Amino acid sequence: MKKIPQKVIHRYLRHDKKFPHVWCPGCGIGTILGDFLRAVYNIGIPKDEIVMVSGIGCSGRMPVYVDFNTLHTTHGRAIAFATGIKFSEPRLKVVVISGDGDAAAIGGNHLIHAARRNIDLTIIIINNSIYGMTGGQASPTTPLGDYATTAPFGSIEPEFDLCKLAESAGASFVARTTAYHTMEARQIFEAALNKKGCAVVETIAQCPVSYGKMNQQSSAIEMLKWQKENTVSIKSFDKLSPEKRQDKIVRGIIVDKDREEFTARYENLIKRLQKNESSKEKSKQQAGENQKKSKSKSKKEEKK
Amino acid sequence: MSTDRYNMDRNKPILLQGNEAVALGALDAGLGFFGGYPITPSSEIAEILSNEMPKRGRKFIQMEDELASMASIIGASLVGKKAMTATSGPGFSLMQENIGFGMMTEVPCVVVNVQRGGPSTGLPTSPAQGDMMQARWGTHGDHPSITLYPDSVLECYELAIRAFNLAEKYRTPVFLLLDELIGHMREAVKLPPKDELKIINRVNPNVPPEWYKHFKNNPKYISPLASYGQGYRFHVTGLTHDEKGFPTNKQTEIQAKMDKLLKKITDNLDDLIQVEAFHMDDAEVAIFAAGVVARSAKEAVLRSRKKGKKVGLIRPLTIWPFPDKEVERMLESTKATIIAEMNQGQLINEVLRVTKYQKHAKYIELQRYDGSLITPEDILEKINEVL
Repeated sequence: MKKIPQKVIHRYLRHDKKFPHVWCPGCGIGTILGDFLRAVYNIGIPKDEIVMVSGIGCSGRMPVYVDFNTLHTTHGRAIAFATGIKFSEPRLKVVVISGDGDAAAIGGNHLIHAARRNIDLTIIIINNSIYGMTGGQASPTTPLGDYATTAPFGSIEPEFDLCKLAESAGASFVARTTAYHTMEARQIFEAALNKKGCAVVETIAQCPVSYGKMNQQSSAIEMLKWQKENTVSIKSFDKLSPEKRQDKIVRGIIVDKDREEFTARYENLIKRLQKNESSKEKSKQQAGENQKKSKSKSKKEEKK
Repeated sequence: MSTDRYNMDRNKPILLQGNEAVALGALDAGLGFFGGYPITPSSEIAEILSNEMPKRGRKFIQMEDELASMASIIGASLVGKKAMTATSGPGFSLMQENIGFGMMTEVPCVVVNVQRGGPSTGLPTSPAQGDMMQARWGTHGDHPSITLYPDSVLECYELAIRAFNLAEKYRTPVFLLLDELIGHMREAVKLPPKDELKIINRVNPNVPPEWYKHFKNNPKYISPLASYGQGYRFHVTGLTHDEKGFPTNKQTEIQAKMDKLLKKITDNLDDLIQVEAFHMDDAEVAIFAAGVVARSAKEAVLRSRKKGKKVGLIRPLTIWPFPDKEVERMLESTKATIIAEMNQGQLINEVLRVTKYQKHAKYIELQRYDGSLITPEDILEKINEVL
């Protein structure tokens, strides 16, 4: 494996953007951004070829800091914007950064349809189980019974399993990692970026300020420890007894299969149609020439 | 439908539907990307393009909903494609948030709205002109609007091309508003030869990437637009932003951005506004009507003229920005104006606004919102009341 130089992420941050960033102390998004940038460095994708698209929320602010082609869109629609970009210019590497509110609530429809089409997008969902930017409202991934400013008596709604959702909708790559497991996160991001097809990565992140304070986890360290203790890699998970499996969240690459990718399928359609058209043209031309020939023949005959 | 049908001999007339003419106009304007969602009465546009675009190596996609359709065309435009979507009232409502995004981020694209009766699901297959104000004020916040309104199949073709030209020139979403009756009407039309078409493409930056400001403020308020992947690596956000596209809270920068959005339109009204004056030179009574209603009005004008009545028609081809100056000037010496529209009164308020100092004249409303066309007889009845 390539040795990653120190401060490599500085090469990918915008120097004309005034820092500091918007994220709160203890937030997991910065760590995940670092992992992602190291993955980009490791693969060696040129900055000009990456388009980073985000929606609204804390994660939505990520593109402004990075020196790629960046697009900060409306709430939930990042995948739809990204579809227009990728489909128009398949040579670009299009990455979607989304939060749990963005991807699982308001933009859930676009997530399942991107997976169904299997369009070549790298979709990173940063799941902190809460609406952080608006001050801690319940999201579709807030665990049942947990507290939020709009769930003052504990959430009475069961949460989404985003990986199962993406898998059943047809994504060709599905993985889960956390802000704690940085080495694993980087490797998963690399695999997702290299995948030709819809790659969905759920990244569990801590939000001590909005989520933690309402759920007896007010420090980032405590929440990172929770990520360590309550998740288990997919290999170890298979070895666990059924009782022990129940409380554990699976990490690692859950799905990695080959399925025809959408933009490639469309390019094939174009080729097929243009072949048909050109063969039609040829047969027309031939027909025209035959007519001319027969006409000229008849003229000759007339002359005779 | 095959490509052969659209590779016609342009010296001969061809029978075309309004929606078909929009699709053809878009293709001739250089449409590179279409993202849409089925809805009556606009679906023919998507159907035709799904057939024609892949053959030409261009991109067609049916998105999962109208929000996604609008988002996808903005994305496509940011990589340099001329992009369009087509819908009707309910879908147009769903697109509004991303239309605002397109305006704020100054991304060229075209949105076709073949209007039907509303509100809500309303009358899917009946005509209405109820979206005049949705085209003006549909998305939240202050913003100008460019909205074109054809009254014939040929004009559907011409204004579709013009919509792209204006979108590319002024870096903004442009609306093409059709009446259901225009979209589904068939007429024999002779399209202009392709080499006579005037096609405008967006201006690309000619500065090195480190100097490029995506929203550079200049005296004309229109800044060159790079495409993603060209090496400029710029940031686009719906948040109010500075010249480089980065979010800002500074009062001076906010004001500059808002002025830029407004003035690039209001400084170019002469280029944007088209109004047809039909027998208006000596008119004592004027009819103000757009789209399909103007066709009835023309008939009413001709019949009145036969009887010696001096009646004329003002027909805006550009409804937004509203042709203030033109309408005010044309109505200077008329005794009465009949404002005919298939809604409960939308453009009438604009006519009254621009003529508020012309107290000598009468303004008569003629409104129909029962799912049927305003007929020449409806208009003649109103004319008889004043002449």
